[in-house]
Amino acid sequence: MGWFTRSTAKKQQTEIPEGLFAVCPRCKAHIYKDEYENAFKVCSKCNYHERITAAERIRLIVDKGTFREFNAGIKPNDPLGFKDAKGTYQEKAESAIAKTGLHEAVVTGSGDIHGLRTTIAIMDFRFLGGSLASATGEKILLAAEHALRMKRALLIFSASGGARMHEGIVSLMQMAKTCAGIAKLDRAGLPYISIMTDPTYGGVSASYATVGDINIAEPGALIGFAGRRVIEQTIKEKLPDDFQTAEYLLDHGFLDAIVNRAELKEYLHSMLLYGLGKKV
Amino acid sequence: MNLEFENELAEIEERIAELSKLDSSEYPQLNKDLGALRRKMKNLTKKIYDNLSPWDTVRIARHPDRPLFKDFIDGMCTEFIELHGDRRAGDDKALIGGFATIDKHRVMLIGMVKGRSVDEKVYHNFGMPNPEGYRKALRLMKLAEKYGLPIVCLVDTPAAYPGKEAEERGQAEAIARNLTEMANLEVPIVVVITGEGGSGGALGIAVGDAILMLRYAVYSVIPPEGCAAILWRDAEMAPQAADALKITADSLLELGIIDEIIDEPAGGAHRDPETTIQLTQTAVITALQRLKRQSPTRLRDNRYNKFARMGRVKKPRT
Repeated sequence: MGWFTRSTAKKQQTEIPEGLFAVCPRCKAHIYKDEYENAFKVCSKCNYHERITAAERIRLIVDKGTFREFNAGIKPNDPLGFKDAKGTYQEKAESAIAKTGLHEAVVTGSGDIHGLRTTIAIMDFRFLGGSLASATGEKILLAAEHALRMKRALLIFSASGGARMHEGIVSLMQMAKTCAGIAKLDRAGLPYISIMTDPTYGGVSASYATVGDINIAEPGALIGFAGRRVIEQTIKEKLPDDFQTAEYLLDHGFLDAIVNRAELKEYLHSMLLYGLGKKV
Repeated sequence: MNLEFENELAEIEERIAELSKLDSSEYPQLNKDLGALRRKMKNLTKKIYDNLSPWDTVRIARHPDRPLFKDFIDGMCTEFIELHGDRRAGDDKALIGGFATIDKHRVMLIGMVKGRSVDEKVYHNFGMPNPEGYRKALRLMKLAEKYGLPIVCLVDTPAAYPGKEAEERGQAEAIARNLTEMANLEVPIVVVITGEGGSGGALGIAVGDAILMLRYAVYSVIPPEGCAAILWRDAEMAPQAADALKITADSLLELGIIDEIIDEPAGGAHRDPETTIQLTQTAVITALQRLKRQSPTRLRDNRYNKFARMGRVKKPRT
């Protein structure tokens, strides 16, 4: 047996078998994949909360088998017939649909949280950066109207880079449209809890995401109106490292709490019990 | 200041000015020549302004001689009493408001101040409000509701200010709060986009029952330069982005975002601010008269339906 074979044999011993471990995107720690998945992609070493999909979020929050999606067929509209250097918006939207299996950047439906039936909207950052456009706004407004009709609480999980440029002014108007829905819930005395996840920016942070009765965020989530680069270019100075983190926002008075993913369902359940007051 | 597509106009203007200095006794043809030049000027102005590209319109909307909020206050109101402060942190200089009388209507008038001289521009932060501005605006709107006064908002801002302290004091929340609370208000809200309607910064005071827009104003989710930098990877492609974003009054009327276009005199508001302000005043008064007839709850319901319709997506049959 020559050196070559021996060397390979040794390498095989130290190499981490593919598929057994997950690597934390932040601290690069190796964590058993099962453990990482069971923790809903939270690093057991550094508590990094990786972005998760709407489907994973449903498994995390909603009682098994109780989620009923509605308005699933609503797809992006192309009110401007938008085209940029890379092609048409329609092509871009079709490719996002093919890639994610979703029809829009938000999934809406009803589900139970420890038996409390709730209306839930969950944004998925994979779909065009979770951008807010006409179909996204429409689904959120319909969810608010559903909560109102059923006299239930509304939960919205945000994850978005902001308004979708490809629908121009129509995207901008979705900010006013969704907030009008939130205003109706408010008048009806129904609870609205906003959960900001990484990242929550622009047209979403400047509309429904920041006007919850209760505003909470996941650890380390970046939340802001303008992006860091735009601000640095405007004020011509470097921003602190923790700028626009959930911890920074909590410190400045814009969050009620930062809640770990592991405790999120329990936390939301408690909030709903208080929020629904005499109704449960 | 002269925009490049107006160069020919400027040349004629110059010749008219030169000829006007001459004595007609030495130059018998003077009046005839002047008349011809003025006719030429009028026809050319119409030709240029009938064929503006969206990017040309952006340039006009940002023209330094375009009437600003303070000009509208002076020209439209017989009285304006500014009310200061958000009762929280400060008094924003970019977004101001107060009691105003327009014709016989007592209203709450709110708008962005850009300033004209360099000092004024700096003082008013180039018309880019901080959270205090939006919170002051909301305080004044609630006051208007309490007193049963209609609200008139004049919008002209490049954007809400993207600054460090603006973020720390909750720029996003301040705008979001206005969008939510404005949906609940039970008095008429008339909005006029007079110059730049800069994204969320504009929308923060623009949830109206009647949304009017000057002919050469623009209203956009993102400045064309910013959109070009992201989607074309080149800010120089701003004219293409301006085209794609559909930001002109005609496009917005067609999309159902605005209710009415207020015409500007030939050659734009910067050539004739007085007429522009007068036309704006007339349009605002007409809207106020119409909205004042509606009951408070009807106003609120109609406003809800108006915004719910924007970008309505039909549910597919399943």
